[in-house]
Amino acid sequence: MKSLQSRYRVQRAVKLFIVVNTVCVLVPLFLILYHVFTNGIGAVTMAFFTEELGSPTRAMRGEPTGLVHTIIGTFVLDFTALIISLPFGLGAGMLLSEYPDHPLNAFLRIMTDTLNGMPAVLKGLLAWALVVKPMGGFSGIAGGVALAFVMLPILARSTESALMNIPWSIREAGLAIGLPRWRVVLSVVMPASKSGLVTGGLIAFARAAGEAAPLLFTSFGNNYLPNRWTGWFFGPVDSLPQRLYSLAISPYKAWHEMGWAAGLVLIVLVMLSFAVAKFFARERTS
Amino acid sequence: MQPKDTAPMKTMKTLKKYVYGSLGDTLFLWTIVALSITIIACTIVMAFTLYGDGAPAFREFGFLGFLKSNIWDPGSRIQFGAAPFIVGTLVTSIVSLLISFIPALSIAIFTTEYAPRWLQSLIDNFVNLIAAIPSVIIGLWGIFVFVPWMRENVYMPVYMWSVESAPQLLAILGNPIGYGMTTATIILALMILPYTTVLAAHAMMKVPKEQREAAYALGATKWEVIRMAVIPYARAGILAGSMLSFGRAIGETMAVAMLIGNKNTLPFTIFGAGSTMPSVIVNEFREAVENMHLSSLMAVGFQLFIISLAVNLLAAYIQNKFSVTGGQSA
Repeated sequence: MKSLQSRYRVQRAVKLFIVVNTVCVLVPLFLILYHVFTNGIGAVTMAFFTEELGSPTRAMRGEPTGLVHTIIGTFVLDFTALIISLPFGLGAGMLLSEYPDHPLNAFLRIMTDTLNGMPAVLKGLLAWALVVKPMGGFSGIAGGVALAFVMLPILARSTESALMNIPWSIREAGLAIGLPRWRVVLSVVMPASKSGLVTGGLIAFARAAGEAAPLLFTSFGNNYLPNRWTGWFFGPVDSLPQRLYSLAISPYKAWHEMGWAAGLVLIVLVMLSFAVAKFFARERTS
Repeated sequence: MQPKDTAPMKTMKTLKKYVYGSLGDTLFLWTIVALSITIIACTIVMAFTLYGDGAPAFREFGFLGFLKSNIWDPGSRIQFGAAPFIVGTLVTSIVSLLISFIPALSIAIFTTEYAPRWLQSLIDNFVNLIAAIPSVIIGLWGIFVFVPWMRENVYMPVYMWSVESAPQLLAILGNPIGYGMTTATIILALMILPYTTVLAAHAMMKVPKEQREAAYALGATKWEVIRMAVIPYARAGILAGSMLSFGRAIGETMAVAMLIGNKNTLPFTIFGAGSTMPSVIVNEFREAVENMHLSSLMAVGFQLFIISLAVNLLAAYIQNKFSVTGGQSA
């Protein structure tokens, strides 16, 4: 047995190592946030939310340009994706939690996790093959489908865990007053787990809002507002992450600044979604 | 007043009787089964689509030939091989996992074992926030902050030193432009670190208090408690978490595509440019006009699918096999 003295020495050394390590890693992570905020805040002007991007010459001449079409596009794509994926995600979540003995469950769980672990770029390729190729062009719908593949597994697993939080006794109470099982699920269990479901939806939304890779070859991007509202769904649509990518790799200084601003807006959007999700989650536990 | 029993009323009533009987439940179950099968189908269709669209490339160059060949030339020779991207993907993700594992574990240990309550929740929230930052934003930061900094403070000094004192090293150092394998790997390590941390902390938080108290009662120091009581108990979660982070690193696309330099040859140099499987898909897919080029990119996608699948299944296996509770979540 080593002496107590040396054991304490080891324990102090380890503590020092851990603290130093923690600080060393947290600093660069903090710098990412710091730089996005300081560089982005200057470029977020009123025009940023009201003007469209247009050609690079506009920005180089100093005319007001903005990303209004990009911000709207992000919401259009994300809500399309949410609407597409919601029924499937809810359905799978219900099967997993309400019918725990169903023979499909083990396989469904594995496949859902597999889909969740798949790189988003592959989901873009799938949407390209299923939607862009048959439709013959890039479209908002294709982007929505690609993001729906991103949301699906998150929604399924979050629905499952939200419904699981409802005690079985509540279901039994519903069954005891003679309600059929489907009615118990839809009218008793679902409303009771509302905050959990909302949390899951917001997290899926936030995850999809940050994805650029699957959109590059599905919704493609667009420097202008579409002419008609159908253009949001059947024409190429811009979105924040994907526009951010093309602004960052563009050769124009004015566009770089706009890239920082886009980054700031995107981070704020994602953070807001998480904050609201957290608020709902807290409401559930209290 | 009772409504009169008209004919449509009657059908409504019988319908209601059926829907509120066993038929309703059967219908409901079948509906959600159908919805669930769609999710299963997504994964299977993904595999088949990627394989189907990649099949021409596999036929042309042979499955193993496509895997092993390191010539990727969509311009003149129209010849494709995925080896540079497979090597690039594996090297960046394995190295980033190796360099991020200890720091990630350190943060997890610090927050669960050492930090006071307020600091713990502060760091937890911060790490969760960082984990949620979209990949493109990390890429943006990399391009405008990290790459210039690395070039000025790391690459150029090493390169200049090598020019003066060790010219034989220049061949393996490569071009110090700032974009390349090393930059991408460090950024990847920073990106997967929060995931590993969150999952490890999660596993360590599940360790029962009695487990710790028992070790303290035997006279263990704090570190000995962590080493003998906490880490062994949480090892399944920690390992599975790092496997999942590894999977993330393999699939990480935007930040890598923005920082790795995108060169379609085997990465022989330390500073030099390279490519990964997701980055080549993102960079070339929109510009692929040749059918064989498109098919080859799909084939790369299929191989990426297989690798991700293997890593995910391995993570699930570790979680089940090495967990103290034998797979049941405690």
